[in-house]
Amino acid sequence: MTHSVIELPVHADDRRIARLAALAIGLTLAEAALPSPVPGVKPGLANIVILLVLLQYGWRAAAWVSGLRVLAGGLLLGSLFAPGFWLSAAGALVSLSVLALARYLPSRHFSPVSLSVLAAFGHIGGQLALVGIWLLPAAALIKLLPVFATAALVFGTVNGLIVMRMLATTTPEPGMSPDILAGTRKG
Amino acid sequence: MTTLRAGDLGVLLTSGSLVVALTIWAWGGDRGDTVVIRAAGQVVETASLAQARTFAVAGPLGTTHIEIEPGRARIARDPSPRQLCVKQGWLTQSGQAALCLPNQVSLEIRGRTTAYDTLGY
Repeated sequence: MTHSVIELPVHADDRRIARLAALAIGLTLAEAALPSPVPGVKPGLANIVILLVLLQYGWRAAAWVSGLRVLAGGLLLGSLFAPGFWLSAAGALVSLSVLALARYLPSRHFSPVSLSVLAAFGHIGGQLALVGIWLLPAAALIKLLPVFATAALVFGTVNGLIVMRMLATTTPEPGMSPDILAGTRKG
Repeated sequence: MTTLRAGDLGVLLTSGSLVVALTIWAWGGDRGDTVVIRAAGQVVETASLAQARTFAVAGPLGTTHIEIEPGRARIARDPSPRQLCVKQGWLTQSGQAALCLPNQVSLEIRGRTTAYDTLGY
């Protein structure tokens, strides 16, 4: 009799990503309960987690957390592979791509607020692009653009301020480079 | 650490202007610059919206008085029984129209782009 045991070694990194993803998923679920006047206008609280992960553990970890959040959020909200799921995925994808470039901005001049605002615009931009291509003719969307852009600006700024506040009060965790806290992040 | 830095102001200002530009572009509408007046289906007058003028157009019921001010135009008086075209008030946007059907007179605002090829009522 052969016992075939598949061992999946779990690293500290995996646990950390799982923990952070759980946090992001929790915020996604909490946010889904908030009433919203226009579909798509949401605070995007999970982006706080994504941004913190990006600044503390790098872009790869942020991409993992974001991907897991979209997938598990879709599962838990019952919208997996439904249009809402793909919109969420498109937003996350563009937002991550924007952050991949924006993280090279010199942190001497750009605080997390900049990253957050850029990511928020990336998020809504990705969603609207998919909506325009796939769901609605673009002409119908134009009237809603100012609403979405205003929401991205406001919520992006607020989330960025929260991230900045949290970074300032967090004690350094192992695996986190101290220069991030000092504000001399090189990217 | 917890203060906004120079680049942030740049990002916020740029985003803010983007929002303003989008709002103007999406909600500003297309302000018309020309007035087209029809009687019995025929264009009787095409006038600019730039300067104030008045027109009197004859129809089967009587005379329709049209008033143009810089940037807007309206039917000031009309013999039609329900006064629908008069109640529409001032028209400013391209594509807007006031129709006095009983007197067979219509007033239409045109801009750079025509919103519709034709309107059926």
